[in-house]
Amino acid sequence: MRYSLTSLLKQTLTGHKGWTPQWRDAAPKAEYDIIIVGGGGHGLATAYYLAKEYGLKNIAVLEKSWIGSGNIGRNTTIIRSNYLLSENISLYELSLQLWEGLEQDFNYNAMVSQRGVLNLYHSDGQRDAYARRGNMMRLNGADSELLDREGVRKLYPFLNFDAARFPIQGGLLQKRGGTVRHDAVAWGYARGASDRGVDVIQNCEVTGIDIVDGRAVGVQTSRGAIRAKKIGIAVAGSSSRVAALAGMRLPIESHVLQAFVSEGLKPIIPGVITFGAGHFYISQSDKGGLVFGGDIDGYNSYAQRGNLPVVEDVCEGGMALMPAIGRARMLRNWGGLVDMSMDGSPIIDRTHVKGLYLNAGWCYGGFKATPGSGFVFAHLLAKDEPHPAANRLLLGRFRSGHIVDEKGQGAQPNLH
Amino acid sequence: MSISRRLASGGLIDRSKPISFSFDGKTYGGYAGDTLASALLANDTMLVGRSFKYHRPRGIFSAGPEEPNALVTLRSGARAEPNTKATTVELFDGLAASSQNCWPSPNFDLRAVHQLAGPLLNAGFYYKTFMWPAAFWEKFYEPAIRASAGLGALSGLDDPDTYEKTHAFCDLLVIGAGPAGLAAALAAGRAGARVVLAEEDFVLGGRLLSDTAQIDGVSAASWAALTEAELGTLPNVRILKRTAVFGAYDGEYGAIERVSDHLPVPPPFAPRQRLWKIVARQCVLAAGAAERPLVFPGNDRPAIMLASALRIYANRFGVTPGQCIAIFTTSDDGWRSAFELQKAGAEIAVVVDARAEVAPEVRKFAGNAPQFLGAHVSDTSGYRRLTNIEITDSTGKTRSVAVDTLGVSGGWSPSIGIATHLGSKGNWSEERSAFLCTDTPPGMQIAGAAAAQWTLADALHHGALAGAKAAAHVGLGLQTQKPIIASDEASGNNPVWLFKGSRRKAFIDLQNDVTATDVALAAQEGFRSVEQLKRYTTLGMATDQGKTSNVNGLAILAGEIRKTIAETGATRARPPHVPVAIGAFAGLHSGKHFKPTRLTASHAASAALNATFVEAGQWMRAQWFNAPGETDWLQSVTREVKAVRSSVGICDVSTLGKIALCGSDVGAFLDRVYVNTFSTLPIGKVRYGVMLREDGFVMDDGTTARLAADHYVMTTTTVNAGKVMQHLEYCHQVLWPELDVQMVSVTEQWAQIAVAGPTSRELLQALLGDACDISNEAFPYMACAEFHVGNIPLRLFRVSFSGELAYEIAAPAGYGEALFNALMSAGKTFDVMPYGTEALSVMRIEKGHVAGSELNGQTVARDLGLGRMMSVKKDYIGRTMAAREALIDPDRPTLVGLRPVDRSQRLRNGTLLFARGVTPAPDTNAGFITSTAFSPGNNHWIGLGLLARGPERHGEIIRAWDPVRSGDLELEVVDPVFIDAEGARLRA
Amino acid sequence: MRIPCPYCGSRDASEFSYSGDATLTRPAPDSTDAMFDYVYLRDNPVGVHQEHWYHTAGCHAWVKVTRNVSTHEVIDAVLAHDEAES
Repeated sequence: MRYSLTSLLKQTLTGHKGWTPQWRDAAPKAEYDIIIVGGGGHGLATAYYLAKEYGLKNIAVLEKSWIGSGNIGRNTTIIRSNYLLSENISLYELSLQLWEGLEQDFNYNAMVSQRGVLNLYHSDGQRDAYARRGNMMRLNGADSELLDREGVRKLYPFLNFDAARFPIQGGLLQKRGGTVRHDAVAWGYARGASDRGVDVIQNCEVTGIDIVDGRAVGVQTSRGAIRAKKIGIAVAGSSSRVAALAGMRLPIESHVLQAFVSEGLKPIIPGVITFGAGHFYISQSDKGGLVFGGDIDGYNSYAQRGNLPVVEDVCEGGMALMPAIGRARMLRNWGGLVDMSMDGSPIIDRTHVKGLYLNAGWCYGGFKATPGSGFVFAHLLAKDEPHPAANRLLLGRFRSGHIVDEKGQGAQPNLH
Repeated sequence: MSISRRLASGGLIDRSKPISFSFDGKTYGGYAGDTLASALLANDTMLVGRSFKYHRPRGIFSAGPEEPNALVTLRSGARAEPNTKATTVELFDGLAASSQNCWPSPNFDLRAVHQLAGPLLNAGFYYKTFMWPAAFWEKFYEPAIRASAGLGALSGLDDPDTYEKTHAFCDLLVIGAGPAGLAAALAAGRAGARVVLAEEDFVLGGRLLSDTAQIDGVSAASWAALTEAELGTLPNVRILKRTAVFGAYDGEYGAIERVSDHLPVPPPFAPRQRLWKIVARQCVLAAGAAERPLVFPGNDRPAIMLASALRIYANRFGVTPGQCIAIFTTSDDGWRSAFELQKAGAEIAVVVDARAEVAPEVRKFAGNAPQFLGAHVSDTSGYRRLTNIEITDSTGKTRSVAVDTLGVSGGWSPSIGIATHLGSKGNWSEERSAFLCTDTPPGMQIAGAAAAQWTLADALHHGALAGAKAAAHVGLGLQTQKPIIASDEASGNNPVWLFKGSRRKAFIDLQNDVTATDVALAAQEGFRSVEQLKRYTTLGMATDQGKTSNVNGLAILAGEIRKTIAETGATRARPPHVPVAIGAFAGLHSGKHFKPTRLTASHAASAALNATFVEAGQWMRAQWFNAPGETDWLQSVTREVKAVRSSVGICDVSTLGKIALCGSDVGAFLDRVYVNTFSTLPIGKVRYGVMLREDGFVMDDGTTARLAADHYVMTTTTVNAGKVMQHLEYCHQVLWPELDVQMVSVTEQWAQIAVAGPTSRELLQALLGDACDISNEAFPYMACAEFHVGNIPLRLFRVSFSGELAYEIAAPAGYGEALFNALMSAGKTFDVMPYGTEALSVMRIEKGHVAGSELNGQTVARDLGLGRMMSVKKDYIGRTMAAREALIDPDRPTLVGLRPVDRSQRLRNGTLLFARGVTPAPDTNAGFITSTAFSPGNNHWIGLGLLARGPERHGEIIRAWDPVRSGDLELEVVDPVFIDAEGARLRA
Repeated sequence: MRIPCPYCGSRDASEFSYSGDATLTRPAPDSTDAMFDYVYLRDNPVGVHQEHWYHTAGCHAWVKVTRNVSTHEVIDAVLAHDEAES
């Protein structure tokens, strides 16, 4: 059902008895044209755009647990396209543009809030790197502003300017960046896809991929075999596991990324701030919680939880940057599984198996990419060729050397 | 004048120590041993705040850390501490607290108008609206929503207190010092185990403090005190009061000790809080249980409280929150609360039990109070405090009873959070009406109420058993313990999750205003898993972390979706189990102490010469030296460059990584890690080397000197010192352990100073005398030597980063400052000039040397003009991958020199490069500027850049586009070497 | 996480640097395919994983650790040096 002022008023007056499930809890059919493995943000967005942009209907999204229970439900909600390399900016900028129209598009308030993302720099070298990045962003149609120290002070007077180990020199600001109510993205896409005929199937774990003569023809699941003409994998965190079902080894390691939220506080931090001399970034949710995070724990993990050293490292960064948060209390801390790829950039491509497509390797950039990732993956699945905004994020780049390495860290996933 | 609710006698407060405190500006009295909540209740102050969404009046609800309502801002100014649970604040003289989320006061809150919109503002409301028109979300709706965000406010001022961190290692960590925890600590402590006993409260005892039972012939509270005294005599037992264990992590537990929170300000040199990281071989989780409220219409009014809390206030604090108290229960424990309250002198108006049958010995507890079985409370009234309850009896008849307080008791939820942090799950036990953790993590046992061992005797028995078992596990032998004798009590419970009645809201989460209808609506809209429910309704996400609401919420969800509680399951518990100040996790690592500061040997001497320092990683380096009259850094740097180019300068380069390599196979080893060959390097010579990562990109560069047949010293860039060391150790230990190589980092052991300029040889000669022949013949370019001056070992390398005749001289770090000073004084006759990193950088750019901004991890050797160094005669790390198609693409951006066509213009790093006349676009971008400097020799700005097919384009005019700094100018592509291309100076 | 360093004893994992899969063998230089696999492809298994940790803040040994990546249980730790030679 469509959400509007009329429907809202009507339901309020009738005790909200008429609200229907936001998506159909579908049971699997015997066959689909396209199966998306993974009912997270990317999988649901892919199904939504397949239905909406390409008019395809016979689509299923298979989720081993509940939709939205992966990284779309456990991230720090930031959206931005402030990357260095054109290969990445083009995709993330497409994504940012889709975020900007998302709520009207799928008739669900995901609370997209373009409050600005500021990356601080603390040295001349960092300033130069951010200048290059800001220029590359402009080159690719994104917005960027290079601020000096006073420019930063004007925005965030309470940062540690005077007694810092690594004094703030300035920052790179992307005003169009911001935050989104993350869970609502999963629900909104699920609802939009379901309304367009997509079967959203929960508690359906894929246990095998059926391949005949080099072509994927279906999947084995905890709820039986399902045939499909095309299969798209969008299971970041578990990509290696699912790809292994098709005999693939990926340039990916699974790592744990922790995130943190404080008790609810009256508004103090208007935008998103990233510390440049340590691993720390922060924003404040509309409910008042400080939402913050830092580096990955740095070791392979499937445990969805991290350890104290990174908690301490993140809070040390926080206190170095803004000693005013010392008395705010951390309320919850959680860990999500991330696909750390060998160059720190995602992979959206066909595979050696015909009809089998891969969307993986998002590192910690998955949430902000959700609409863009779904959009280009839908394009790939529907047209069998990469979308122009993602045509250099292919699997073959590692072999040819067309690496997309933002940080220049090389094939060492935990350094990206 | 408010009424005193303090009982004439009783309680564990110290009536000889009165305390004065204030709440919302009004002064009150309490006693030592009070919490802020007990003292407020003693002063008849029940209403202390407002709920998050509807701004409903909220009173004190519990007596512990599960408190959802009584959140205050403690202290003021920079020490203001928002969202503090009044039930856990230890009262101190002069304490000042204020209410939150209400204006002007909790009694009269203008935002209470939100309640009128209640029918609209249900679960998920936000997601369905605020979308029209599109632009209004960020301009209007979101600011309005944000304005009502949060409860308390941060001061915005820097936290003035300090925090510290410490480690503890023990055989047994006991979490919680209630009956089970005390018994466990006693048993293990007596057996000789090293025990840490952590208790969140400021008194040991837990429920014993409010229990009137007898243990071993003494009162429960006395037994707790006696046990504490005995534990205190055991040197192997450490008692940590005011210390909450907040998380189980792999191999350690995290705990937070509130060292000074019970004092007005921390004493001198004492931290506010201390973070404990506890490595324990065994753990007994004895964290107790939290009483569950009941969900019924109108259940959120002030003075509706947990029945056990009423008991605690009466017995421990000598306070009865009301005069006329009703009890509504589904458990035997509610009746016990009625009994204890009566014993303490309160009037019990009525006991309502939803169960049709209750054992006669339990019913006895109500005394003369009227009893209703098979009945429930179906409505309430009273805005700022409860005035009436409506009881629906077993026949469906309703009646109203005037009361001023209602105690609710829905059974108990074991506190198993810490047991589940490592991935274990809580499983619903129908028998015990509770989530239990049976597959505890290795080394952990759960005892007492946390294991649903509800009765006092059970808790003591299982606690002692667990303590003895833990001691046995660490090899101390299972000792027979004298059993602890205590009375047992009835503990029946038959939960009812939701009571029907009036149309009023039935609240589940009191802080976030989540009601039973919200849960029903969520289920109706398809949010059928607990995790989805939590996210859609915000159930359990408030500062109380759902300690009183989670089980009720998921049980009601289970009812809605027609599943059992076991099938529905619980949300995953995440650390921290109690909210912990961010400052505590940071400890002392904040402000200037965020990271260690490394100083070079010449730091003090440089400071005396008016150096301006700059951070280089953790190092502080002299950036330039200020001379009298100079007003601009460029003036200083230009002076330093000119001095080096015309006479001599010295610069501390100790921060470069230095690695000593010894062994008969070092040459072979270096051949495998560098692209060029080192096994042929003669003794007494230095060679420049480039090393790649295994993926073929450049990792680092630097010089390696051969001091003896089996002794080499490698230098790395400052930033990569650690990384290269780790890499070399990997190559040796993992890839080629058969090679005879030993290596050690000597970065901090040797100070190294560059001496550069046409008169550098004379200066050194003056300093060294005949210790070393440094004539051009004896000591040519790229020579090195080890020798002594007096008994000081020195090393000399004839290397040049500036392009001038230059040396680097090294001494053991302890002599570094003396060396710097000696060079300065010996240099006086040569007009020696100290120079900093800026001048160093200017000169290396003039000379076309690559550095950090070119060695950015994205370049291959050929990009840097170093392709010809790559040996084709041997294998080395990165060789195979460096041959990949994209890495040998001739179109790759390659090092060039750049200068502005209009020589007056400044170049800036990070500027993008394009062919002249093209429109900047992703596919026309030909590179960028990596390094720039004002070249005193050329008297204009110069730069280095990476430009597609750069070396073929010398002489071409290109476009430099720098939109973030509004720059757009034309550059001429030139050779990257701007001075002395033939290298005559450095060989002079 | 505690890692039993063969030289230093039980130490917090934060003293170590991590480099990943320890089952890989550096191939002969001329095999581009094998080198590509070695540099870029990982089994990334669920459960027991062998991995290299470097005792950065300790003895500088590379330690081959056997660890369950689903539970973070550290099962074994030996010197990479010994492993490589045997």
